[in-house]
Amino acid sequence: MDLIDTFFNGRVLWDSLPLLLMGLGTTLSLGIISIVLGLIGGLILALLRLYGPPALSGLWVLYIDLFRAIPILVLLVIVYYALPFVGIRLSPFASATTALSLVSAAYSAEILRAGIQAIPRGQFEASQALGLSYWSMMGDIVLPQAVRIVVPPMTSNCINVMKDTALASVVAMPDLLKQATQAQALAANPTPLIGAAALYILLLLPMVRAVGTLEKHFARERR
Amino acid sequence: MQIDDVQAGGRGIAAPSAARPIISIRGLRKMYGSFCALSGIDLDVAEGEVVVLLGPSGSGKSTLIRCINLLETYDSGTVRVDDVAVQPGPNLAAVRSEVGMVFQSFNLFPHMTVLRNVALAPIRVRKLAPKAAEDRAMDLLNRVGIAEQAGKFPGQLSGGQQQRVAIARALAMEPKILLFDEPTSALDPEMVGEVLDVMQSLARTGVTMLVVTHEMGFARRVADRVIFMERGQIVEEAEPETFFSAPKEERARAFLQAVLNH
Repeated sequence: MDLIDTFFNGRVLWDSLPLLLMGLGTTLSLGIISIVLGLIGGLILALLRLYGPPALSGLWVLYIDLFRAIPILVLLVIVYYALPFVGIRLSPFASATTALSLVSAAYSAEILRAGIQAIPRGQFEASQALGLSYWSMMGDIVLPQAVRIVVPPMTSNCINVMKDTALASVVAMPDLLKQATQAQALAANPTPLIGAAALYILLLLPMVRAVGTLEKHFARERR
Repeated sequence: MQIDDVQAGGRGIAAPSAARPIISIRGLRKMYGSFCALSGIDLDVAEGEVVVLLGPSGSGKSTLIRCINLLETYDSGTVRVDDVAVQPGPNLAAVRSEVGMVFQSFNLFPHMTVLRNVALAPIRVRKLAPKAAEDRAMDLLNRVGIAEQAGKFPGQLSGGQQQRVAIARALAMEPKILLFDEPTSALDPEMVGEVLDVMQSLARTGVTMLVVTHEMGFARRVADRVIFMERGQIVEEAEPETFFSAPKEERARAFLQAVLNH
C-alpha cells in the first residue's frame, strides 16, 4: 500500500539506519553531558542561593530567572551565531552543550532549592540539638531526604534536556533529527523521520515511566 | 551582655540548696518585632532537678527552653550550661551534645530506622563504633519499651512510640540535661500516659530535666519545682504542692482555675 511505502518503507529505513544510529549517539552524548553539567551547576547555584553570602543572592536569582525565561532555541542561536562577533567561536556541539547546560542548571537549581526547603525545620533543629556538625546535618539528614523529593522533578528535567537536544539540528549539529532529515532528503522518503521519532520515543518513554514509578515509590515511603 | 541580678526584687532566681546550678540564665530578653517573648528571665537549675514550666500559650515557656541550647537566638542576657556560655561558635555543638531535647512533633529522621535514629549522633559526635552505638541504642529502646520496633521506620510507629524513640535518641548522647518542649501535646490522649511514664522513670535517675507541659498531674507528681510564666516573665515559682494548693499570685490562680476545671 502507498501509505506503508511512504512512511514505513523497510528498505529505506534499513539504508538510513547507520545514519540514524550515528545521530542517536551524538544526541545521547550531547544530552548526557548537558544533564551532568546542568546538575553540577544547579547544585552549586542552589547552595549559593540558600547558604551563600546574602549580598550576592540577587545575582543567583537573576541568573535562575533569566535562563528559565529565555527560549533555548534563542539562546542556542545567540551562542552559535552572535558570540563569534565578539570572538567566541564554538563548534555546533559546544554551542549546544553550553546552551542546554546553562538552562538546565537554572531549572536544576530551582528543583534542588525547593527540595532542600521542603525539609521541615524540625529536622534541622533535631540535628542541631544532638550536636551534629553542619556537614553531618546536611549529609546524613537533609540531603538524603531532599533527594527523595527531588528525584521525580529532576528526572522530568532530564527528559526535557534530552528532548531539547533536537534543537541543535538548527546549528548544523549532526544529531538524530539532523541525520534523519538528511536521510529523508537522500531517499526522497520520510521513513527516516518516522525512524527517528521511534528512536526518541524508545529512549524517553522509559524515563517518562520512571518519573511516575519513582513518585509512587517515594510517596509510599514517606508515610 | 549585661548581667542583671536584681530583676524584680530577685524574683525568678531560685536558690537550689547545696547543689551548684547546671543551668544559669541571667537577664534573658527576646523580642519578636514589638512583641516581648522573654522580658528579663533569671533562672538557676540545680543538677538533678526536675523543673516543670507552666503557663498559658504564648507565655514564653518554649522560647525559654529553646534558648538554653540556642535553637532560638535572643537579644540580650546570658545562658550558661555547666559553667560554659552557650553562644555561636566552635563550642556550640559540644554544649548542645550535653543538652538533649525532645520536641512536640518528635522530629525523628524519617529516612532512617528507629535503631539508626538513636545510634547516629553517638557515632557522629561521640565517635562511637557503629556496633557499640547500636548496642547502646538497643539498650535504650529496651528502656523505653520499644526494642521490638528497632528495625521499623518512624512513620510505621504510633505517636507515643515515636516520642519514646525521640527520648531514647536524646538519651543516647548521655546528656546532662534533658529539655522537653510540650512532649505530649501532639499525641492522642490514649498515648500520653506511656510517654509520661517514661519521663517519670527518667526523673528518678537523677538527670536534670526542664519540662514544658500542660500535664498538671505530671507536674504535681514529678516536679521538684514548678515555674509559672506569663507574658515572658516568671510570675511564680514554688514546690508543686504549694503551687497547686496555694498559689500566691492572682494570675497563677486564674490559670489553675482555667486548666483544672474541665
